Amino acid sequence: MSASSAVAHNHHDADSHGHEHHHGHDHHELSFIQKYIFSTDHKVIARQFMFSALFFLFIGGFFALLIRWQLAYPGKAIPIIGNLLPSTWVTDGIIQASFYTQLLTMHGSVMIFLVIIPLAVGMFGNFCIPLMLGTDDMALPKLNMFSFWLMPPAAMITMGGFWFPDGMAAAGWTSYPPLAVINGPGQTCWLIGVFLIGFSSIMGGVNYITTILNKRTPGMTLFRMPLTVWALFITAMLIVLGTPVLAAALSMQFFDQFLGSSFFIPDNLVTTKKFVGGGQAVLFQHLFWFYSHPAVYIMILTPMGIVSDVLATFARKPLYGYKAMIFALMAIAFLGFIVWGHHMFQSGMNPLLGTTFMLSTIVIAVPSAIKIFNWLGTIWRGNIHFTAASMNALAFIATFIVGGLSGVFMASAPIDIYIHDTYFIVAHIHYVLFGGALFGIFAGIYYWFPKMFGKMLNENLGRKHFYWSFIFFNLTFFPMHILGVGGHMRRIYDPYIYDFLKPFQPMNEFITIAAGLLGFSQLILVVNILWTIKFGKKAPDNPWNANTLEWSAPTPPPHGNFTEDIRVYRGPYEYSMPGAKEDYAPQTKQDIPSEVEGEIVDESMFKAH
Amino acid sequence: MSGLSLSHEPVTGVPHGKLAMWGFLASEIMFFSGFFGAFIVLRNSNLDVFSASAAELNKWLALVNTVVLIGSSLTMALSILQLQKGNVKLFRLFMGLTILCGLIFLVVKTVEYSGKFHHVLDEHEIMHLRNGVPPNPDALLPGINPSTNVFFAFYFLMTGFHAIHVVAGLIPMVFMFFKSFTKGGYNHPVKVEALGLYWHFVDLVWIFLFPILYLIFPAH
Repeated sequence: MSASSAVAHNHHDADSHGHEHHHGHDHHELSFIQKYIFSTDHKVIARQFMFSALFFLFIGGFFALLIRWQLAYPGKAIPIIGNLLPSTWVTDGIIQASFYTQLLTMHGSVMIFLVIIPLAVGMFGNFCIPLMLGTDDMALPKLNMFSFWLMPPAAMITMGGFWFPDGMAAAGWTSYPPLAVINGPGQTCWLIGVFLIGFSSIMGGVNYITTILNKRTPGMTLFRMPLTVWALFITAMLIVLGTPVLAAALSMQFFDQFLGSSFFIPDNLVTTKKFVGGGQAVLFQHLFWFYSHPAVYIMILTPMGIVSDVLATFARKPLYGYKAMIFALMAIAFLGFIVWGHHMFQSGMNPLLGTTFMLSTIVIAVPSAIKIFNWLGTIWRGNIHFTAASMNALAFIATFIVGGLSGVFMASAPIDIYIHDTYFIVAHIHYVLFGGALFGIFAGIYYWFPKMFGKMLNENLGRKHFYWSFIFFNLTFFPMHILGVGGHMRRIYDPYIYDFLKPFQPMNEFITIAAGLLGFSQLILVVNILWTIKFGKKAPDNPWNANTLEWSAPTPPPHGNFTEDIRVYRGPYEYSMPGAKEDYAPQTKQDIPSEVEGEIVDESMFKAH
Repeated sequence: MSGLSLSHEPVTGVPHGKLAMWGFLASEIMFFSGFFGAFIVLRNSNLDVFSASAAELNKWLALVNTVVLIGSSLTMALSILQLQKGNVKLFRLFMGLTILCGLIFLVVKTVEYSGKFHHVLDEHEIMHLRNGVPPNPDALLPGINPSTNVFFAFYFLMTGFHAIHVVAGLIPMVFMFFKSFTKGGYNHPVKVEALGLYWHFVDLVWIFLFPILYLIFPAH
């Protein structure tokens, strides 16, 4: 790219940027509403996903802290805010049992459906795919806008039980019948809300697949795509094939709840509602996990792709085993569809079937190990630059190993029978979803923020955010393994009604304090983002000297992304090539100048793949 | 950004809208697969109830609907062909016929549903359809409804979602039909083709629903 034109453009756009989210600017003919609210520009939609998901991150985190308060200090009033909460939630500041189950349900639902999936898939999918493919926008921009704007009403409906006396959904984020079916209107709202979120995901997924297949710039072959785009591509396929099955299950449960049918209600079940029976409760679990197991890969694959890009950039080395990484992603995605039964070893399912699910689950360790090995191979003897982005990416690997290994424990049926529905599961899910997915997402935010907003995040605050998060994350979730092995139930309101759990009270107190500090350390990120948007220093076009196409665009990219036609000549990870003058080679560069004046590096020497 | 060709021709050669529609249909297949899978499981554990219930359905009305819907798939295909040829009058004719068929389908469906809601179960039917459990007075709908038994729950679930798909297909069709009468006319054969793919899929779902609900009686 010609530097002068890029800088000129960059300057112009960066100026307008500071005001962006609050005031309209009349650079283009588009009105304020068209430009920042109902925008079809993928970058604006990515920011919308980011801000809405970060908002819900704090809602979900607030729920988590209330849960932690109850476990550490049951029967004690919540400090400060206790008396401000509505009386259907607390009595004299003490959390009620019915509200506690709502908290558990909504913490899980909000974090999964409104935080991790919108951040990993919605935000990075929208921001990265068109830019990394060298195109101007998504294939279907209006559909893209629609898939974002379905989210806010869906989120409000999901939590709609707030307005009913019975409260929000309270059957767990898994919404197992028959409990979920006999629950109040909050559960019906939850079903409709999650159905709509699923619809929004499917629209997004279809759009990603179409864009990746159809809108690659000349020279951008499938095997020259960065791992982030590959991960999003495979994630989109999981969404398109998995989410509708959840939609089917939710529809059936909606029929059971609202129209009194008996899909999931067995014969002779005595409840407050009347049913004819003839259904099967386990059937819902099968349908639910057919989506919800692939859903964990929907949440983790994109962070895996982000980590691959971030590590290659900051280790200044080609990604080790590029194709192996892609095939490992595909293998994980494929296996993800045939392992759902490992959530159901204790459901009364045929134990023989359990064995097949156990084997297929343990096989997932192979592609996962390939990925870990290749990440380590990437940073091995690399020139590692420690930044907020790369440290979060390294934390992803560390926590993913812990979460992955505890996953192997649960995958084997005999052990799972012992630890099922205990805090061991809670520890595992948070090691892969918070430690894995969220640290990967943080890495992505620190990495792409300069391109997204045109300002450099404060590195010092970024590191503080990382250190505090990483330390308190481990202090919060590692002891949960011990609670779980000790038999601490996963969804219990007051564990100390059992004598054998009484000794765990100090540990629960410790976890709660750590969780509170973990929550507060996330404020550093928010402060950093808000401060940077207002006062941060302008970002150069390619602050990390990275290869992929988004760094060839002006910062922040204007409407239409690029100021010149983009042609791709090389793979995304050609760092530190022998004989080359610079330690990176942007994908748009045709010739690589050598250290010897006037010579071009012989590319056959370092064909990475 | 004039002068740039960042938004170039589709790499695969398939237009964006059409490719996206194929992706969406893959998703739709999984959606209905969830229902069909559950149907297979619960049918095998309720053979008698399913057999007795299927006998209550009117297979002749469903046959009419099958013919109407297959016919509408043909007229849909013809309307695409005519629009590609630029023959607007014939496009209008065939699009109009497709809409008409879709509406006939919905009318027949309404007649069928209302027949069910007005059907009061007698002793004998309560014995065979509900294993002797008296009808639930709290049910939201009267007569034979999703709470009657698992078979009718599937009947209303699957035909209901299918009917929603028919309505969802008719809305853009009506738009295209009336747009073709306006001054600007309607000339987006790719959009009509993508809608056609969707319409054939809706037709195909019915081709599966017709036998499993109306025709195949579980053996005793």
